[in-house]
Amino acid sequence: MREVKVVSSIAKKKGFGATLWDYLTTVDHKKIAILYLAAGGLFFVIGGIEAMLIRIQLAKPDNDFVSAGLFNEIITMHGTTMIFLAAMPILFGYMNAVVPLQIGARDVAFPFLNALGFWMFLFGGIFLNLSWFLGGAPDAGWTSYASLSLASPGHGIDFYALGLQISGAGTYIAGINFLVTIINMRAPGMTYMRMPLMTWTTFVASALILFAFPPLTIGLFFMIFDRMFGANFFDHTMGGNTIIWEHLFWIFGHPEVYILILPAFGIFSEIFALFSRKRLFGYSSMVFAVVLIGFLGFMVWAHHMFTVGLGPTANAIFAVATMAIAVPTGMKIFNWLLTIWGGSIKVTTPMLYALGFIPSFVAGGVTGVMQAAAPLDYQLHDSYFIVAHFHYVIVGGVVLAILAALHLYWPLMFNQMLSEKLGKWTFWFFFIGFHLTFFIQHFLGLMGMPRRVFTFGANQGWDLFNAISSFGAIFMAIGVIILVVNIIITVVKNEKVGNDPWEDGRTLEWAIPQPVPFYNFKQTPLVRGLDTFWIEKQEGNKEGMTYAEPLSDIHMPNNSFIPFVMTFGLFVAAFGALYNGEKDWAIPVLVLGLAITLTSMAVRSLKDDHGYHIHKEDLMDDEGGKK
Amino acid sequence: MNMITIMKEGFDLAMMKGLKKWRLFSLLAALTIFLSGCGEEYLSTLTPAGQVGRDQFNLLLLSSAIMALVIIVVVIIYVVALVKFRRSKVGENVIPKQVEGSHTLEVIWTAIPIVLLLILAVPTVMYTYKHADVSAMDNVDEEGNKTAVTVNVTAKLYWWEFEYPDLGIVTAQELVVPTGEKVYFNLKAADVKHSFWIPTAGGKMDTNVENVNQFYLEFDKESAGLKDGVFYGKCAELCGPSHALMDFKVKTLDRDDFNSWAEAMKTTVHTAEGDLATQGEEIFNTSCIACHATSGAGSTGGVGPNLAAFGDRNRVAGFMTHDEESLKKWINNPQEYKPGNLMPQPEKINNGEKFSEEQLDALAEYLMGLSVEK
Repeated sequence: MREVKVVSSIAKKKGFGATLWDYLTTVDHKKIAILYLAAGGLFFVIGGIEAMLIRIQLAKPDNDFVSAGLFNEIITMHGTTMIFLAAMPILFGYMNAVVPLQIGARDVAFPFLNALGFWMFLFGGIFLNLSWFLGGAPDAGWTSYASLSLASPGHGIDFYALGLQISGAGTYIAGINFLVTIINMRAPGMTYMRMPLMTWTTFVASALILFAFPPLTIGLFFMIFDRMFGANFFDHTMGGNTIIWEHLFWIFGHPEVYILILPAFGIFSEIFALFSRKRLFGYSSMVFAVVLIGFLGFMVWAHHMFTVGLGPTANAIFAVATMAIAVPTGMKIFNWLLTIWGGSIKVTTPMLYALGFIPSFVAGGVTGVMQAAAPLDYQLHDSYFIVAHFHYVIVGGVVLAILAALHLYWPLMFNQMLSEKLGKWTFWFFFIGFHLTFFIQHFLGLMGMPRRVFTFGANQGWDLFNAISSFGAIFMAIGVIILVVNIIITVVKNEKVGNDPWEDGRTLEWAIPQPVPFYNFKQTPLVRGLDTFWIEKQEGNKEGMTYAEPLSDIHMPNNSFIPFVMTFGLFVAAFGALYNGEKDWAIPVLVLGLAITLTSMAVRSLKDDHGYHIHKEDLMDDEGGKK
Repeated sequence: MNMITIMKEGFDLAMMKGLKKWRLFSLLAALTIFLSGCGEEYLSTLTPAGQVGRDQFNLLLLSSAIMALVIIVVVIIYVVALVKFRRSKVGENVIPKQVEGSHTLEVIWTAIPIVLLLILAVPTVMYTYKHADVSAMDNVDEEGNKTAVTVNVTAKLYWWEFEYPDLGIVTAQELVVPTGEKVYFNLKAADVKHSFWIPTAGGKMDTNVENVNQFYLEFDKESAGLKDGVFYGKCAELCGPSHALMDFKVKTLDRDDFNSWAEAMKTTVHTAEGDLATQGEEIFNTSCIACHATSGAGSTGGVGPNLAAFGDRNRVAGFMTHDEESLKKWINNPQEYKPGNLMPQPEKINNGEKFSEEQLDALAEYLMGLSVEK
């Protein structure tokens, strides 16, 4: 029968076609995590190559390595790719891999939606990047300010608006899914105030997605209608207003940076506790700080617009509100320091990243406070100072977290350990390169260099610092190359490590047997406190878990190809919208694409799919749980 | 006895205060010296050339000092923790005490940052209002003349137009302003959004397409002593392919010189001198004059930059060396040097051909002669 076949199939080695089909149709959060990680990793490399091109162009004055127009396309795609297609999806990968296990759930609340969210992100990202081959990439910066983006010739901005709309919807779906999962799927005993910080930050970041993405969606729709369907939302000669775009973009854009940094905080909180063998210091104030940061994140968007001319009252209010965010962020920094204080610090690769994060992020944080001082920001805004600042928080915070988590969670996701030695090499190259590249850019900004310049004239005092900055970028690239080598070696070697590979695991995800069974927990665990696995281990429980229920049948969802098809329809429709008014086939293609999507939605709604059960008897021989 | 004690206490207190002040002062002094070593006098925000820039620079010093304090505290705790609590030091099998937290510490590291931020917030709010105050812009003297100089700045792809509405003159690419007084600006963009930035004088302000922004700047000294004799200005908002090349220059003159410059702008009637220049004028009058005015008297709205004072300028096209060679290159191929700009290629205005070398020589001779300062 079906159930038996599914259970036994995991034991057998599958062919390539079967594996591919499995991943195309999977609704398992662990496999979707791998998909997110792989796709996000690919975009990270693409965005990284774009970054290298930028630094090559700016290595010397009056350089002509790339042309002016192409340079603008590269910076736009670098920013957009890194934020929307690399950082966020990779973090979603970790959330998918970790959060359900951490709260003792069998999967996320909506496995089908989970798959749909991933495919929408991927197709949106592919659509956006196809612009390179179809007449040119967007060139108005990742912020795509309306007057410039409306004036931009060609289809670049259309690719931006449509691609982000599709991938943004995917992100939105993923956000809702995690909210519902964390609210409803926690194991017995896992109260809110026992949730590990990774779960808490995922929760708050998802709430931010819930409220932050709608303004972006509206803004992008306005842009799509303006550019492709003759509307005038942003055309001031027709009564529109470009500043509306700036507001909509930043009402989304500022929470977006917290959507990125909060999960990074979560990852580092896990690492500091784990590798100090010590409970997270001030857990409840850490939780409070995360919620407060999330809340304040919506109150400060206009600090990106101090020079727009909103007037002194608006500027003063947003300046003070922005400074206020420094308080909960500072609380977090000091709590992390006090976590390692009095602990037993083991400097593994993830811990090395976490230790590198503290000074980097503090540096990025204080320059943020400096820019909160509005009159000072009039000088710093849109100069290289701001470029340095946001790279300090995003690379020094988010990217270091992503790399740390890659090492930390690799054994959880793949039952293998990345080489610690190569991992540390990566860290040092990347870390030194990062500071070499970006520290000096603060001074370039103070010395009057505007951002987003494709070249700069010689002898304005910027030549040496730009050369140093480009030199540093080489180190970062070497670090990433070593990382790729590390991954290849590890995968080829394929040495199994089992559960709790870091030996001091504190949370539930480390208690589960490896490889993680596709149904996760044979019996739902009972959570007996913060750091439940640590508690069980301290009490000498060899299994590492107490169970909340006797062994019984497990209800599982079926795989489905519908999410893929549904998204493919939108992908097709986007081409129709893009060429509207230019090609005869545009409207038919738009209709066809939407028809594919709507049909697959109808199939999903009308056809009952109750999933299947794994019977108790078939579970008996599996690892984990009481025999 | 009592008096003595009080005096002694007062003295100690004064000493301590003085000491603390001295410490902060020396820190700030060191920062100033360090920072002003960076960058060029005519371009760097670290060498402010007017009160607005100086206020903002002081805010930079204050915030840097406060933030340095935070960094020092973090680094100390961090380093000590890292040295003291390594597993190799602590012992392999030690299980540290599982501390939950500390209310006292939480209160401390919430309260102190709030105080530090308040110290920064007060001047921030103060300067925010101060730098936005343009109320004196329309003040008039007994005769009804405006007392302050107002410049209407229009940002265009990729050049700057500067109109002096009260003086009835207009120029481009090179802003001329009087020193020692507030100069007011009305800022607007004609096509896409740009941002007007003179780093030495003060922070930037965006030129939006749909509204006029206003602010003021001050300039302490004449620019004549600087390397190029001008301060540098930049476009700070991405505005298209040649955003990086959308530079302008600022010439600061004392009030008398400024007045005579304005008068010269208004009254100078250019007459070509010599055969070559006359020949150039003829070409100019058939091919160029539709977009470029050569008279400084007038108002805003030029299709191309006003060239009344072209010969006095510091750059060709805003960024190329100011010589005949650059000028000829520019005229014959503007798209190559400033991609996306709106100046027609010579083929469009010269019967489908590039200008010949002789034509270029003539044009260059004529244009370089357009001066109000000679």
